[in-house]
Amino acid sequence: MIVGVGGQGTLLASRIIGNALIEQGYDVKMSEVHGMAQRGGSVVTYVKYGEKVHSPIIEKAGADIILAFEELEAARWISFLKKDGILIMNTQQINPMPVITGSASYPERLTESLEDMVANCISLDALSLAKKAGTVKAVNVVLIGVMAKASGQDSGIWLEALERTVPERFLEMNRKAFDLGYTAV
Amino acid sequence: MKKLMLGNEAVARGVYEAGATVASSYPGTPSTEITENIAKYDEIYSEWAPNEKVALEVAAGAAIAGARSFSAMKHVGLNVAADPLFTMSYIGANGGLVIAVADDPGMHSSQNEQDSRHYARASKTLMLEPSDSQEAKDFTIKAFDLSEEYDTPVIVRLSTRISHSQSLVELGDRREVELKEYTCNPAKNVMMPAMGRKRHIIVEERINKLKKFADEGPFNEMELKDKSIGIISSGIAYQYAKEVFPDASFLKIGIAYPLPDKMILDFANHVHKIIVIEELDPIIEEHCRALGLQVTGKNKLPLCGEYSADLLGQKLLGTEKGTYSVNDEILPVRPPVMCAGCPHRGFFTAANRLKLIVTGDIGCYTLGALPPLNALDTCICMGAGFTAAHGFDKARGNEFSKKVIGVMGDSTFTHSGITGLVDIVYNKGISTVVVLDNSITGMTGHQNNPVNGFTIKGEPTRQVDIEKLAYAIGFERVRIVDPFDVDGTVKVLREETKAEEPSLIISQRPCALLKSVKYEGCTSVDYDKCRRCMMCMKIGCPAISDRDGRITIDETLCVGCGLCTNVCKFGAMTLKEDCRIEY
Repeated sequence: MIVGVGGQGTLLASRIIGNALIEQGYDVKMSEVHGMAQRGGSVVTYVKYGEKVHSPIIEKAGADIILAFEELEAARWISFLKKDGILIMNTQQINPMPVITGSASYPERLTESLEDMVANCISLDALSLAKKAGTVKAVNVVLIGVMAKASGQDSGIWLEALERTVPERFLEMNRKAFDLGYTAV
Repeated sequence: MKKLMLGNEAVARGVYEAGATVASSYPGTPSTEITENIAKYDEIYSEWAPNEKVALEVAAGAAIAGARSFSAMKHVGLNVAADPLFTMSYIGANGGLVIAVADDPGMHSSQNEQDSRHYARASKTLMLEPSDSQEAKDFTIKAFDLSEEYDTPVIVRLSTRISHSQSLVELGDRREVELKEYTCNPAKNVMMPAMGRKRHIIVEERINKLKKFADEGPFNEMELKDKSIGIISSGIAYQYAKEVFPDASFLKIGIAYPLPDKMILDFANHVHKIIVIEELDPIIEEHCRALGLQVTGKNKLPLCGEYSADLLGQKLLGTEKGTYSVNDEILPVRPPVMCAGCPHRGFFTAANRLKLIVTGDIGCYTLGALPPLNALDTCICMGAGFTAAHGFDKARGNEFSKKVIGVMGDSTFTHSGITGLVDIVYNKGISTVVVLDNSITGMTGHQNNPVNGFTIKGEPTRQVDIEKLAYAIGFERVRIVDPFDVDGTVKVLREETKAEEPSLIISQRPCALLKSVKYEGCTSVDYDKCRRCMMCMKIGCPAISDRDGRITIDETLCVGCGLCTNVCKFGAMTLKEDCRIEY
């Protein structure tokens, strides 16, 4: 599952992952969010693979990996992670409008409590790494790098998927972002 | 070759492979990507029409003229296109006529949750319902064949999770289809009472033939396994049901209308108990009951919202899953917001200063209804932004009307705002109405429209001139404002709402997400000047927060539009150009 805030580039991340899984011969289904929810709302993209996939949506306690682009969103969707699943989270905080208007406050110490709760939790400041790669927009590819490492698979599969999905002119920057993620943990 | 495709992309591929040559649509989530993808095939003439009624009429004309023709829309778009749909059911087709309609259970991006299957029944039109991307393509191709064979428009019904899910699709080649011969045939193509009466009889005969076709398959499939439970389901709900009941017997419905009576009764004879699993309204369920069957359905499952395997497990089997949990109450919700740099934010900031009643419309600017702007009083449907303001005028009189404005976007204006202008002038209204012109159809993801001067393929074309159009209709007061000049916009709003005649204001500034829009740098706050008056917080920009007692700019979100520097009375907010130097 890929969770985050509309506009953070979750769609591209799911497409890179889906692409890599198809190359490995799996049946793949992905469910995306378009339209109004994309405008800065809480967004979730599901990527399911296996021999035969029916529903494109992941159930509670059904995700092997959650890739969270934002701290609050990691907490919001954590009940979808399997007990032995991996949470990979960007510690970046983006204030939702109720926090901005003062009608709610951004919860404190979310990263710490998720780290305490989830057995396999990898948290990192992916935003800084993305900046290092050259653009704040590369948070998605940094996180894919982290996931590639955490899933124990050869990085080549993911880099090939990246090449197939990302336009040529952004490729170098994205390769760098992937490497920064891959070597971060 | 297999390719991962959105359901919408697969429908487009189906239109292509079926040899269609004309497609006309209006964008609407979750249907938009169908026509965006059709536009990539040069073999098909494609266009964005100003609205769904126009789009379907264009496709209808093209079908009568002999071409395989297509139109796509969202569920509420079919309301707009209902008029041509019902009559085209009488006329039939010539070249195949296929309509894709995408429902939005769960209302991810819609104003209601209507079930389009009712339209198939009401208009007596064949409706197919795919359950994944492969079927979306296959059913679309078959829809053209059936349209020609049975001389009927065919609707392909999708839903958000079909349209916006990707799954594998086997690609085929395009079939080149000759134009069908066109001959003048008023008895079939001119619907007046005398002709319509005869055509109605043919429509009823056609439905009987289609019922027979539905019973014979191959769209409806019976899969007999464990006979203690038989599930009747269709579309995405079928996929959820397969996940929860992998061993049950299934009757998968691929023809949403007309339903296969014989097959349903036959299925009932094979299984002990029937559960009907369908999102939204109990259409299959009520049909089963009318056939005299006892079924489980909406007595256990909800009418509202979208389904999931989780929900089916909970409601039908009582399974509760859970592992990790965080106390939801401490997690603030994250509703969608207008983007940083959005021109609508400037306009609503101005309107709020005058405490106006604002009758709104459908588009990105509908988000102005949410806190902290709270700027909209109504949102009904496309076009109602102007006409509802006229209703306020006529209900409460001219003095009250001076506190009311109607707003809608540029694309919405050509969709159904023009008739509202006509109504206001013709019926001596005094409403002030505003076109929020951001040069694009925004919420659906940036489609060109008749106002911005580009076609679906990005080619330059003639632009509809809103100003001249308003003058031609009879508006004598037409003003143009820049919504980021908040004071100037307030001044114009004050003058125009006071006037004893109708006014049109065009609030012009392009969407900040357009590639052609280049703002530089981002805002920085001078804390020596900041008095914490919170004016900047009232504009509801996602890049501005009050953190630890200081107004803070999120530099990853700020686009440097400068609106906040215009509303700050103390000069504490300025644009700096070097804020992104670290990247």
